[in-house]
Amino acid sequence: MDSTSTGTMSLPQMIGRASLYAILFLFALYFLAPLFIMVITSVKPMDEIRTGTLIALPKAPTLEPWLKAWGSATIGVANEGIKGFFMNSLRIAIPAVLISTLIGAVNGYVLSKWKFKGSDTFFAMLLMGCFIPFQVILLPMARTLGVLGLSGTVSGLVLVHTVYGLAFTTLFFRNFYVGIPDELVNAAKIDGAGFWRIFWKIMLPVSKPIFMVTIIWQTTQIWNDFLFGVCFSTGETQPVTVALNNLVNTSASVKEYNVDMAAAIIAALPTLFVYFAAGKYFVRGLTAGAVKG
Amino acid sequence: MAELMRTAERSYNPFTILERVMPKLVVAPSFVAMLIFIYGFILWTVYISMSKSTFLPNYDFVGLVQYVRLWKIDRWYVACKNLLLYGGLFIAFCTAIGLLLAIFLDQKIRLEGALRSIYLYPLSLSFVVTGTAWRWMLNPGLGLERLVREMGWQSFSFDWLVNSDMAIYTIVIAAVWQSTGFVMAMFLAGLRGIDNSIIKAAQVDGASLPRIYLKIVIPSLRPVFFGSFIILTHIAIKSFDLVVVLTRGGPGYSTDLPATFMYAYAFTRGRLALGAASATMMFMMVMAIIVPYLYSELRSKANG
Amino acid sequence: MASLVIDEVFKRFGSVEVLKGINICIEPGEFLVLVGPSGCGKSTLLNLIAGLDSISAGEIRIGDRVVNAIPPKDRDIAMVFQSYALYPNMTIRKNLSFGLETRKVPKAEIEQQIEKVAEILQIENLLDRKPSQLSGGQRQRVAMGRAIARDPLIFLFDEPLSNLDAKLRVEMRAEIKKLHKRLGTTIVYVTHDQIEAMTMADRIAIMKDGVVQQFDTPNGVYSNPSNLFVAGFIGSPSMNFIPVSFEQQERSLGVVLTNSKGQECFIPVNSDFVPGQRAVMGIRPENITDTNAGLGNRQQIVELESEVRVIEPTGPDTLVHVELNSTEVICRSCPEFAGDAGASMKLALDTSKILFFDEESGERLDGRLS
Repeated sequence: MDSTSTGTMSLPQMIGRASLYAILFLFALYFLAPLFIMVITSVKPMDEIRTGTLIALPKAPTLEPWLKAWGSATIGVANEGIKGFFMNSLRIAIPAVLISTLIGAVNGYVLSKWKFKGSDTFFAMLLMGCFIPFQVILLPMARTLGVLGLSGTVSGLVLVHTVYGLAFTTLFFRNFYVGIPDELVNAAKIDGAGFWRIFWKIMLPVSKPIFMVTIIWQTTQIWNDFLFGVCFSTGETQPVTVALNNLVNTSASVKEYNVDMAAAIIAALPTLFVYFAAGKYFVRGLTAGAVKG
Repeated sequence: MAELMRTAERSYNPFTILERVMPKLVVAPSFVAMLIFIYGFILWTVYISMSKSTFLPNYDFVGLVQYVRLWKIDRWYVACKNLLLYGGLFIAFCTAIGLLLAIFLDQKIRLEGALRSIYLYPLSLSFVVTGTAWRWMLNPGLGLERLVREMGWQSFSFDWLVNSDMAIYTIVIAAVWQSTGFVMAMFLAGLRGIDNSIIKAAQVDGASLPRIYLKIVIPSLRPVFFGSFIILTHIAIKSFDLVVVLTRGGPGYSTDLPATFMYAYAFTRGRLALGAASATMMFMMVMAIIVPYLYSELRSKANG
Repeated sequence: MASLVIDEVFKRFGSVEVLKGINICIEPGEFLVLVGPSGCGKSTLLNLIAGLDSISAGEIRIGDRVVNAIPPKDRDIAMVFQSYALYPNMTIRKNLSFGLETRKVPKAEIEQQIEKVAEILQIENLLDRKPSQLSGGQRQRVAMGRAIARDPLIFLFDEPLSNLDAKLRVEMRAEIKKLHKRLGTTIVYVTHDQIEAMTMADRIAIMKDGVVQQFDTPNGVYSNPSNLFVAGFIGSPSMNFIPVSFEQQERSLGVVLTNSKGQECFIPVNSDFVPGQRAVMGIRPENITDTNAGLGNRQQIVELESEVRVIEPTGPDTLVHVELNSTEVICRSCPEFAGDAGASMKLALDTSKILFFDEESGERLDGRLS
């Protein structure tokens, strides 16, 4: 492996390096192609789509499909595009992310620094919550939302996402706080600080990375959710993923692929933005959630 | 002495007592929520799966009748068969490509950061978006088929999306595209965690690079294989959105998975008990994989 | 300043008994060192004194107050941790003032206190830095400063020097001792390093397996150890232990040492042992030396000869390894008189310093030669 750093390479080595790069770039192409195709399709007029190929660049680029997808496409019974649904997703995701993250932070703090008899059992039980297939709670959840009068409401979805996000957020914070030396907490206890003062003054100030990881994880999970959205919302309260599916899977006579693609990109923009803005934390969350799970 | 301790405790002011129970107080709501929303709900679902429920919950206990019925339904059988096929291919491709990319990326590649971001970005997308994109690309009229024909191969035909024998593979294609980056990230982290001196020692011993990878590096990634296998299985069993968007379970029910089956029976067809039975089956599948995994994880942590 | 009484203290974690009836009592202003190998329970005991862990049975009194059920913040103690445990997000000034602010001490007083402490420890120029910008030694000073700023009844030190390099450790050792002189506060200091224990303590509690083996002054534990463990733990290189059996020769009772060539040497013991009885004889390296050393009372010196196995020059002394009764014995010799490896060397043994221990229990047998 060190041969690469020495500048002089034998011919077989050079061929090896070249094919290495070739394979890596081919895969990069494979991963980028769908995004590229989505983007070019979304700015082509329909007749270009009908006559051209998948990868043909648009001859007369237009933003018409984007405007239509955003404001006037037919989704369900209304002709108002996905803007309203996009807003729904925001209204669901923001409170659910914040609440589940904050509760997770405090839970993680207790489960790592204020252990009590049974706290490890509690954590193990909660860990299961990360893994259950949500199908097994859909029916009772639907009933419960009905009883609470939250069926088909944004608040109902906020509740659902908060509750089922808790397992992950607690896991993240607990594993992060376990890495902070107990001596720090003991020092603060001896300095006279209590439960909350230690949390505010000692733990929170060093928690920025884990807040980033958790918030990004939760945002991606909740924004991209489809199952809860399709089960617990109706018509106007649907999140953007459900709306996108309704748009794409409509049985309308003329398929407007450009509008579909524009809508898909709009639905993907927030999480893509989060990914490119804070990819480091995104990956850390993925591997933390997975490996430590 | 016990007397002394008691007096000392009695002298506590209310603040100290509050301070003492604070940790428990703080996690209590989550604990209650967990008991109700996870364990209570699972029990409720299991109970419903043993009841006569149809459109509305009905609490008459009928035992395992619904499970017997479930396994007689061809659609459920197809869904499980699909899960095995789809899950197997999905895991195999993700692991193979992910490992390959991770090893290649670990060769002091220029642009590693950029390439890694490209491999990983699909993970940030919703399966609904992924499904939408692939649905368009695999579209028999205007998609890949047309592209290849325009390039000169006139007889090329690619109709998997609407072919009930092949449609399940389109789901594999899209799912692999979305999740490979994740496996790559896990393997890359694993590779970076390997002690470099081991590899140097092997080089000094005169082992060739492929041999070092086959005999030393890959075997030491065993925990990563294990971990990603668990996660991918879990993703496969929960797969729902991708199928809904890409094929709606069709043509017919040829691409149904347990998750879409459950949704169809419980929410659109109003067969609560059967839906609950299928959900319970899914739960048991996941548990069969997760419980041993968690057990070994926690045990190795306790020993270490 | 306060006294500290630890009275029959037990600590159990589940079914594991970590402390088995600890009794220690120190006067106000005393410097107590808890020393022992890892896992002996010394840190657990310190945590109990701090209130970071709860007592299973027994009683701890600080001054005349039973503190069993009093949380750490109300015990009026301060603690210096092994990892220093400086709050990473706060400046040094904030680190020092945190405890005082928590206790609602007036601002002006805090300022004054910090200035005083910073001066004592010479950390004035570090006050506005973050812990991550400090060297190990500086962090150590700040950690002590944080404890001093609080002006507590008792200081607790949990292996505070073990993360420093050897040279700094020696410096800080002296510094802590000076500090103790200056402040006069009661100190409980945990370490696994017997040299730290010997150099710093007024009194040492040597612990093993949750039991105090000996509680005495440094001189007491060194010259009058109560069992094999203490004898072997304190002192470096450690005391030689030679298996012996008593026998009657002419009119006196004594033990025989045999060198590697089979030559025997009789050492008379005037104490009430029985001929045939077996024991472990303990003798410190400095008490078997070259014959030129001029050890104490001439009458108590026994001379013997043995083949030198290995020599280890340390500078001031040379450690000479010989074999007696098939056991490796280390002698501390003056460098110029040490024999060469392989050669034979004459040794002088100070019989007044010989100790005897029971073979089985390791307890001290009352066999001090007079």
